[in-house]
This record gives sequence, structure tokens and C-alpha cells, in this order.
Amino acid sequence: MKQSVLDLQTRVNEVLGDILVSSDIALDELTIELPADEAFAGLQKCRDELGFEQLIDLCGVDYLDYGKANWETMGAANSGFSRGVFDFAEDESEEGHLEMERRFAVVYHLLSIQNNVRLRVKVYPVNTQMPVVDSVIDVWSVANWFEREAFDLLGILFQGHPDLRRILTDYGFVGHPLRKDFPLTGHVEMRYDADKGRVVYEPVSIENRVNVPRVIRHTSPAKAQ
Amino acid sequence: MPEIRNYTLNFGPQHPSAHGVLRLVLELDGETVVRSDPHIGLLHRGTEKLAEFKPYNQSIGYMDRLDYVSMMSNEHAYVMSIEKMLGVEVPERAQYIRVMFDEITRVLNHLMWLGAHALDIGAMTVFLYAFREREDLMDCYEAVSGARMHATYYRPGGVYRDLPDTMSKYQESDWHSGKKLDKLNETREGSLLEFIEAFTERFPGYIDEYETLLTDNRIWKQRTVDIGIVSPERALQLGFTGPMLRGSGIAWDLRKKQPYEVYDKMDFDIPVGKTGDCYDRYLVRIAEMRESNKIIKQCVKWLKENDGPVMSSDNKVAPPSREDAKSNMEALIHHFKLFTEGYSIPASEAYAAVEHPKGEFGIYMVSDGANKPYRMKVRAPGFPHLASLDEMVKGHMIADVVSIIGTQDIVFGEIDR
Repeated sequence: MKQSVLDLQTRVNEVLGDILVSSDIALDELTIELPADEAFAGLQKCRDELGFEQLIDLCGVDYLDYGKANWETMGAANSGFSRGVFDFAEDESEEGHLEMERRFAVVYHLLSIQNNVRLRVKVYPVNTQMPVVDSVIDVWSVANWFEREAFDLLGILFQGHPDLRRILTDYGFVGHPLRKDFPLTGHVEMRYDADKGRVVYEPVSIENRVNVPRVIRHTSPAKAQ
Repeated sequence: MPEIRNYTLNFGPQHPSAHGVLRLVLELDGETVVRSDPHIGLLHRGTEKLAEFKPYNQSIGYMDRLDYVSMMSNEHAYVMSIEKMLGVEVPERAQYIRVMFDEITRVLNHLMWLGAHALDIGAMTVFLYAFREREDLMDCYEAVSGARMHATYYRPGGVYRDLPDTMSKYQESDWHSGKKLDKLNETREGSLLEFIEAFTERFPGYIDEYETLLTDNRIWKQRTVDIGIVSPERALQLGFTGPMLRGSGIAWDLRKKQPYEVYDKMDFDIPVGKTGDCYDRYLVRIAEMRESNKIIKQCVKWLKENDGPVMSSDNKVAPPSREDAKSNMEALIHHFKLFTEGYSIPASEAYAAVEHPKGEFGIYMVSDGANKPYRMKVRAPGFPHLASLDEMVKGHMIADVVSIIGTQDIVFGEIDR
């Protein structure tokens, strides 16, 4: 384990100790978790007191299907393998999965140029149909577009953002495509209608196909050697 | 007195200097830009979503198509994140090959940028010159991978195959024959390494040619000096990386500060700018091409003297040789598993970044132990650069918008993903 990462962990504990939820080192990267209501203050401290002058990346993660596989490998010895070709998105109801407590996470990747270290900060907002986190646009200006992207693709709202519009998807798009309950094929397809003389949107006609089933192996390749 | 209102102009999405499909809504006061609102996403293909539905190795090809003028650098970040999570060691020869091709890619990217940027501002010649050299470098891509652009050459555990001993040659045709043909094939008689070496010998002369055309050119300077100035403080706030950050005077380069592969063994400098205007960023990129040339030379020298494997011998990640797969049962099983199910990565998350020609290109990968990524986020350097456009063009003339788009080295493959 690198000494610089251990030093950083000690520094982070000193500065953020009272609001820190967790702090782990894995693969030489330090990941800390901050509570959603204290995230803004914590991140501001990261910039001002820990010297993280750059927000390298901000993204959302949807943990809805975490650890789910198409194929059950352990029990297959008795029953044989199933086809393993369904899509989780079709399988689930549209209720919004509010029973899952920590569904969404906002992940900040910070870089300190003066200390040459990186830090990953995770914030889990309260799971509602539209989770809300405080915008960090006042801490790092670059957050503007990153937050718009996270809103567009995952439907996470950023309180205090001056202009939270969609950014990557089409004008008039419905849904948040990187959510796990959004199918890979999408909901609508577009074509030019010669009779109407304009482009029309229709429900998708293609079916989602799983070519390689999603399989979780509990032995890693490196360890299997 | 008549009421004077600001004029709103729609720029793009189909405009030759929009560098792809950028739509800008510009609010003008006379010829001065008051506000600009970039509308992006016209090239959004959902790479991140698609990657969640494919085994790890099948997404390498998608990486080429992100920033489609610096293909292998994108692959590099992707395979590095996988290697980090798996703990796979890359053989030294493969590391040198990767560094060499990263730098070839940087030259390719900067040549494309230089040609297009100069063309936007009105210098036609540079574009033609730059494409002459790009041709040679894309032949190098072709020699190792079979594809001139979308190489899929880097694989977790190394590179797809070793450097070839022969170089493709020009054939006799109505356009090339006799002495002209011999001249074209002069450096192509030997191996790929000899071809690259010959290229590095002549390339500094070519950079001098570009500089003769531009560096002291009065029109060029009028269009770039003091245009789009970004202070170091703002550059950090705006998330700038790469030449955009170095143009503002901050000496930050991942190849030096957080070295990966064999960059710590390379001898090169980091050029930095002073004022942070378009002209400084031009000088930084030109100097970077010279530095890249130095690195390529060092790699060629090492690769000529040293031999070795270019792919990890861990058959859980890297396929076994064809010969083994036909004679050895275990190798056959490995081959079959690898090309049907792929390999699973233990539940973990990692962020791997490379110094891409445009800045920091990073991949944030989350795995839940499956053979496909749970979440993959592409940190594209162009995304924050374009986000700063509004701030950079404010108060400039409408013609300067083109200079500033050019200086940001915008490619929509990576921004829209």
C-alpha cells in the first residue's frame, strides 16, 4: 500500500473526522463516504483544507441490480443451466424500487495538484424517485456540466444548480437511460414518415437480446491460478 | 429612439468549424458574444450503457470510437482500469509498445488538431502537410492491428500481438511508378521499427515546416494571441487538463507526476505556456510533438535491443496461443471460456487515468464480480473543456469563437460518448 494514500487517509480523518461515514483504501485508492446532508460542507473542506483544487469527475451510479446475475452457477449442478437470456429491466415492475435504501450514489473524483493525490468521495442521497444532492457548483465550476449529465442519465437532482437541463440525450427525451430499470433498447424509436413528411417517434420494435449472459464468479482469475 | 435587442444566432450543428456536431446558441451584441450555450449530445451513442451489457473485452473497440482521433490512448485507460482491478502484470515489452503507440497517437492527434485549427482560421496549407505525416503514422497502426484507425490493439494483459517484421509498401499504379515509387518505399523495406525510426528522424524537420508557416505568421498571431485567456486559477476551477492546463502555466502531466507503464524511464520535458491564450496552447502542442518524438525514439531503441512476450501468460485473462489451443486440453478450455463467457472481475471499483493527447482521460469502473462491468464512466477531457466555452468566448468577437473551439481540441466522439 502506498504511503501517500495512508498519509492522505490520516489527513482526511483529521479534517472530516466528525462527518465521515467510512474511509477505505482499495487498490491504492482512497474512498470516503459523506452523509448526503453534509456533503457540500465536506467537499468544500476537501478543496480548502485538503488542497483538492480540481474536481476531475462527477458521476452517478445506480446500485439497483448490483450483484444480480443472469445465470446461477452454484446451483446448476443439480438442475442444469437455464437459458439466461432475460433482461432485468423487463423483469421488474415500474414502481420505482423505493424499498432499496442505498440505490443511488454520486461519486466525486478529486485531484490535488499541489499534493499529487487523488480522492474518491461517495454520497448516497435518500432514495426517492428523484434523489436530491446539493450542487457543488460553488466549490468547483466544472461541476456544472457534470451535474447536468448525472441528472440527464440517472435522474439525480442537484439542489442549487442554476441550469439543470438535459445535456446528452435528445430534446424531449423521457426517462434516465443509465438507470438499471431503463432497458438497453430504450422505449421509442424514430424514423422519417414520408406520408406525414416529418420524423415520427414510435414504441420500439426490437427486442433486447442477451448474447453473453451476465455471470458472477466468486473466484477471481488472479486467485484461481 | 429605436429599441436595440441582442441578436441570437444558431451556430451548427452542421458547420465546418464546429468540429463535428456542435450546436451553439450565441447571443450577440453587434459582433460581440454576450452568451454562448453549447448544445451537445448529437453524437450520443450510449457507450457507457452498452458496455454494461458486454463482457469486458468486447468493449475495447468502443473505446476507439470515443475520441476517434486518438484511438489507442482511449483503449489504454480502459485496459489499465481492468488490469488494476485484476492485478495483472503487463510484460515490459508490451509496456514499451504501449508507450510508443501512445506517443504516436499523440502526434496523430496533434497533427489533426493543428491542421483543422489552422484551416478554421484560414491557413489551408498546414492541413495538407499534417495529413501527409498522419498517413505514415496510420500505416503504423495498420501494420500492428490491421486497421488504420479503430485498432483494438491494447488488451488487458498486454497488446494483441508483437510488432511485425515487414511494412506494407506502395504498389505500382498510374499515380506512383518508377523513381517516385522507390522514393515512397524507401523507408518501408525493413521492419516496422525501422520505419518508425526513419519517421522520427525526419519528423522534427516537418515540425519546423509547420512552424515556418504559422509561428511568426502575422495573420495567425492576430487570430490567436490574447484570444481566450484562461488564468491558472480558473483553469483549475474549470477542470482543465492536458495542454489546456499547461497552456495556462501549470506544469501538470500524468506521465511525469503519476507515471504509468514505463514513462518513468523516459527522458522528456513538459512544455508550459505563460499567458494562457490560444497562441500559447498552440506553442505547447507543437513542443509536445517534439517531446513525443523524443519518447518514440527511446522506445524504438529499447524495442530493437530487447525481446520478450507482449502478452501476459495468465490464461484466465489472455488467450492461449493458437498452437497450444490445438494440442493442449487446458489451453482449449481457457480459449473457449475466454471467448464465450469472458473473465469475471472481483467486486471492486477503480479509476485509471492516462495523459491523453487532450488531457486526462479516465475510466471509472465498478464491478460486482460479474463478467461485464456494473458501471463504467468515461471521464473525457473534452467535456469540461467545452463546458468552459461560455466563459472563454464572453466578450470576444464572433470570429474568435472559431479560434476558441479550435484551441480546445474538441472531438465529439468523447464528449457525447
